[in-house]
Amino acid sequence: MLRTLLPILCFAACHGPRSALDPAGADAERILWLFVAMAVGAVAIWLFVVGLAVHATLTQRTLEPARARNLVIGGGTLLPTVVLSVLLVGGLAQMPALLDPGPADGLRVLVSAEQFWWRIGYRTPDGRVIATANELRLPVGPRTRVELTSADVVHSFWIPSLAGKMDAIPGRTNRLGLQPLREAELEGVCAEFCGPSHAHMGFAVVTLAPEAFEAWLQAQAAAAAPAALASPGRDRFLRTGCGACHTVRGTPADGVLGPDLTHVGSRRTLAGGVLPNDVPGFRAFLADPRRHKPGVGMPGFAGLPDADLDVLATWLESLQ
Amino acid sequence: MTGPDLPADPEPLAEAPPAEVQRAQRRRLLDVWRTPTGWRYWSAVNNSVVGLWYTATAFVFFLFAGVLALAMRLQLAVPGNDLLTAEQYDQFFTMHGTIMMFLFAVPVFEAFSILVLPEMLGARDLPFPRLSAYGYWCYLIGGVFVCGSLFFGAAPNGGWFMYPPLVTRYSEGYGTEIWLLGLSFIEVASIAAAVELLVGILRCRPPGMRIHMIPLYAWYILVVAVMILFAFPPLIAGDLLMELETAFDWPFFDASRGGDPLLWQHLFWIFGHPEVYIVFLPSIALVATMVPTFAKTPMVGYTWVVLSAIGTGFVSFGLWVHHMFTTGLPGISLALFSAASQAIAIPTGVQIFCFVATLLAGRVQLAVPMLFVLGGLSTFVIGGLTGVMVALVPFDLQAHDTYFVVGHLHSVLIGGTIFPVVGAFYYFFPLVDGKHLSERLGRIAFWLMLVGFNVAFVPMHFTGLLGMQRRVYTYDPDTAVAALNLVSTGGAFVLAAGIAVFVVDVLRPKGRQPLSARNPWGAGGLEWLGEMPDQPWGVRSIPEIDGRYPLWDQPHLVRDVDEGRFYLPDAEEGLRETLLTSPVDATPDQVQRVAGPTFLTHLAALGTGGLFILSTFHLWVPAVISGVLGGVAVLVWLWTGTAHLPARDDKDVGLGLTLPTYVSGPSSVGWWAMLIAMLGDLTAYAGLVFGYFFYWTVDEGFPPLDQPDPTVRWALGAGALAATAWGGTWAAVHLNRADRGAAFHGALLGGVAAAGACCWVLVAGIDALGADPTAHVYPAIIWARVIWTVALLAVGVVMQLYARRAARRAG
Repeated sequence: MLRTLLPILCFAACHGPRSALDPAGADAERILWLFVAMAVGAVAIWLFVVGLAVHATLTQRTLEPARARNLVIGGGTLLPTVVLSVLLVGGLAQMPALLDPGPADGLRVLVSAEQFWWRIGYRTPDGRVIATANELRLPVGPRTRVELTSADVVHSFWIPSLAGKMDAIPGRTNRLGLQPLREAELEGVCAEFCGPSHAHMGFAVVTLAPEAFEAWLQAQAAAAAPAALASPGRDRFLRTGCGACHTVRGTPADGVLGPDLTHVGSRRTLAGGVLPNDVPGFRAFLADPRRHKPGVGMPGFAGLPDADLDVLATWLESLQ
Repeated sequence: MTGPDLPADPEPLAEAPPAEVQRAQRRRLLDVWRTPTGWRYWSAVNNSVVGLWYTATAFVFFLFAGVLALAMRLQLAVPGNDLLTAEQYDQFFTMHGTIMMFLFAVPVFEAFSILVLPEMLGARDLPFPRLSAYGYWCYLIGGVFVCGSLFFGAAPNGGWFMYPPLVTRYSEGYGTEIWLLGLSFIEVASIAAAVELLVGILRCRPPGMRIHMIPLYAWYILVVAVMILFAFPPLIAGDLLMELETAFDWPFFDASRGGDPLLWQHLFWIFGHPEVYIVFLPSIALVATMVPTFAKTPMVGYTWVVLSAIGTGFVSFGLWVHHMFTTGLPGISLALFSAASQAIAIPTGVQIFCFVATLLAGRVQLAVPMLFVLGGLSTFVIGGLTGVMVALVPFDLQAHDTYFVVGHLHSVLIGGTIFPVVGAFYYFFPLVDGKHLSERLGRIAFWLMLVGFNVAFVPMHFTGLLGMQRRVYTYDPDTAVAALNLVSTGGAFVLAAGIAVFVVDVLRPKGRQPLSARNPWGAGGLEWLGEMPDQPWGVRSIPEIDGRYPLWDQPHLVRDVDEGRFYLPDAEEGLRETLLTSPVDATPDQVQRVAGPTFLTHLAALGTGGLFILSTFHLWVPAVISGVLGGVAVLVWLWTGTAHLPARDDKDVGLGLTLPTYVSGPSSVGWWAMLIAMLGDLTAYAGLVFGYFFYWTVDEGFPPLDQPDPTVRWALGAGALAATAWGGTWAAVHLNRADRGAAFHGALLGGVAAAGACCWVLVAGIDALGADPTAHVYPAIIWARVIWTVALLAVGVVMQLYARRAARRAG
């Protein structure tokens, strides 16, 4: 009973930025239909089998052995063989479309999963790589190829509303095609256990109309804004040594251990979805990253004077 | 042996032996089989005692892992909770899975089987009682060690699947090695029990119980024991590789030096998927035992059930990749493994419909065990159907590693394992304790567990589809899953309350409660010959069997067995004896003397445990010393327990039958056990060879040009020496049979010398090349194979020298 009622109860709550039941991509939509068909079939089979078992227990009539044997042949072999064959043909027929990694000659997204963030680079057909982190934006319409690898441990890249997941494995490059169908603000997560902050390895996903996407990509390709480069925050940033790990294009900071921060203020969330992207968010993370994200590589800067933290936080937030 | 060669179906003695003879027989049997008292109680090796300890210990581990689960559910009850830290949560979920799989699910079936299988087979004990005891003590020591690490905050924290490189290069502390070595140790115990059960089922059946009359329980255990033999060794090979990587930096799973993290995933799931069926089939075996009893009719489709169990066992080895659908494997592999994963639903469906048909064919008595059977069935079918869903690649791409899978696997394991096991407790309890568990408490426990389970786990399917991935210690407040998580936590506590009621029922004092009637459920199996309370001898006299349900088929069976009208009604020589029969037709062919109480098994287990546990902390010298002491304890145990020649060559076992008391070669149980153990060993070695070819397949640059390459001459030379060592042993066997003493000793020593030379060639040859196992995976995998081969040769040398010494003693 519970099993039939729950989907109805759940219906209102199915929507959300991270719901496989609320698809915004071609692959997620295919899989949802498959799920609905299988769920209906599963409920029917469950009711039949369990109903039969309960009936068999309660009934006072007994079945002759020959008819009992027919039940075994019919229910135990014919029924599952037919059901499974249909399911297998129907399901596997979806695979070529789902496994299509998208065109190799268009825009490609290079994703490197790292404990506990996502290094993202857009490789344009002319060979440039535009670096960003923890935020994936995609154009609505075309299928975009994502190339996944890992810098440390096994992770798994999953945007439930767009498509199934794909593992990021050190030493390997896996490909995944993503095809958004509508403009939406979504969320992705790491689905393979990767260490203490596995729960905090989310990323924002924004699907945009192609023109808007192109404009965003051009903005990301640019160096940091001149106003930001002239700010005292820049000097504080460089003197604190942040450039050893982080890059801010347009400044001498060119570290590659941590995320590229050139446009960090423009992202939707901070530190893999842990904190809001505002000045207090930056300040909290700078002071004690491991409180918000256990096991993260970044050291804490609680030792800095409050004023310096404020300056840094304000400046980082201004990197739009 | 069929047709006219077989003696006519023997019948029990027409007249009961005189009462005073019966009394004397009972007294002598009791003297021989009596369980030691006082502190010596712990030296017992008899199946009824060891099986009881084993079952109780497994259940304690179950409750411990259950408490960990409740702590995790509390942490997840509300978003952003800080009851547990990330580190604690990671250790908890790792240990929950590890304990449930390695310390509960597999051991509890071995425990149950050690306890009841000999009774079902009308045997006095299993053929190697000390091996069971050794396995139990290994299990206890290893289990306490692995669980204990949690109290020092040092427990493994990389998940029960331990994927590298997270656990090899990105974790601190001893957790990884505790997991690897602690569990390898326990796996040794599991394999020991599998050998014991296999030989027990093949050779310890009562006369007349031909292969098509074996109780279904025994059929299932036969299948499962074979599965353990082929599933655990690849994991042990994987454990060895990972230990070498963790402790010595050999790069098996390090992509930067030619290794590949996916090799571990393959080796783990080649074990891990059959493991699911290793856990599930024995519980279905319990269902297959209970259903005919409560339907009061034989199982419909016995042959179908047996073939399905065998089919499930086979197919389960071809499914492991469905745990790896998202690792980027080629589409054709995915499709094949997807189809195979779906196909396993067919034998499972056959078994379920056979049970339902049996219920339909009879009038069902709805006692507590039957309630648990039905509850388990309804729950397991949920898991089976969601299993078909996740076996389909497209859907798995979404569901994999989410709470959907958590819901799925707990439906399978709680429905397929916990419900039948608890039902079996209610069913078998009178046989063990002489008293019934409470019908009322049983019903309360059942309903709490059924409702609690569904409230806890059915919502998880939606939690997963709403985007909650597995193994997260917390989640965002703004996600839609918070309400579902709170419901799941509530359900988990209701489930736990049901289990608590059951535990209270088991533990409550039953002093004034009357003894159960004999065969209280009116079952047809031999185990219900047991008196209330049961006697330690297992069976008063070993009956001749005419059908699948002897207590239903043979009207005077209980009387005839009790009055000693069958085989081996006495213990004239004061030795523990049971009857061995042929594997297929169960014709009696030997009287097996089985060993009695000892503390040597404890020493052997402590020594073996020391080897594994001290290695965890890299205390290599004490570890090796401990391992040697354990080995010596095993040798002393064999020397004092099995190397004696019997005083008499044969013995009158009753009903006019005289059987040998000592045999060698393929008709001895030792030969079978050795063969089975060697199959397991071969499988582990095949795991290492699989590793070599895996690198060769996935990496075009393997073997690398810049690494030293062993020569063909080296391989051929070592191979020739190993063949010579084998030839020496083979010759020694034949010379021994021909009674040519001097030539026998010469051949044996020649074999030992050749084995030693082979070890030297293997190690010196590869060492001279300068092959550095930390430089690249190629020298590392060759070194690993050399180490394994040398270890095997060393064991062979010890065996040859032991045989030589035993031959000397025999003269």
